[in-house]
Amino acid sequence: MDIKLKVDASGLSCPLPILKASQAVKTVESGELVEVIATDPGSVKDFAAWATSTGNALVESGAADGKFRFLIRRK
Amino acid sequence: MDETVSIVLFSGTDDKLAAAATLAAGAAALGRPVKIFLQYWGLEAFRADRIMSDHGLVPEAGAAGRAAVDAAAKAGQAHWAETLRMAKELGEVDIQACSASMDLLKLKQADLDPMVDGVEGVAAFYINAGEGQIIFI
Repeated sequence: MDIKLKVDASGLSCPLPILKASQAVKTVESGELVEVIATDPGSVKDFAAWATSTGNALVESGAADGKFRFLIRRK
Repeated sequence: MDETVSIVLFSGTDDKLAAAATLAAGAAALGRPVKIFLQYWGLEAFRADRIMSDHGLVPEAGAAGRAAVDAAAKAGQAHWAETLRMAKELGEVDIQACSASMDLLKLKQADLDPMVDGVEGVAAFYINAGEGQIIFI
């Protein structure tokens, strides 16, 4: 899978990870992928809720190396 | 259901301003329209010449709260004004100053940060809030 844009929101707390992700998704085309790395523990639930609400697909949501990784496909 | 989120921002300390900015930014990220109505010290905090000044914290913050907020700022947490600017860029966030508070504080719109979109009265605020939630901070 070709990731179009990567956003590192490590160290940032709510609402910045979801804000930066929303900004990033707006800059890519429909169907393209955005990867977001975050450390905010609230971000797992936040990204799930955000994807449901906005209709963008949360293709992956997982934890690795003490960080959370989200892969979003723009609707 | 009306998805508009309306926030009455009365308080002028940095912690309450940050809480309001967080709620506004979250709603904007979800694609919900946001209206912010600035009254009293919330309005005062948007003075262009002082918006980035230290506006203090609520009394219950104490010294430990002050230290925690300072540490977060040092770690790169955005200032509330920056969070609000990002929210405005991202979505539909309309910021209006309460006309009575403008009179009280002897302010003109030119005295306020450019992110304030206009001045309105409370009736206009309620009409624009529609059936959506109203949050008072």
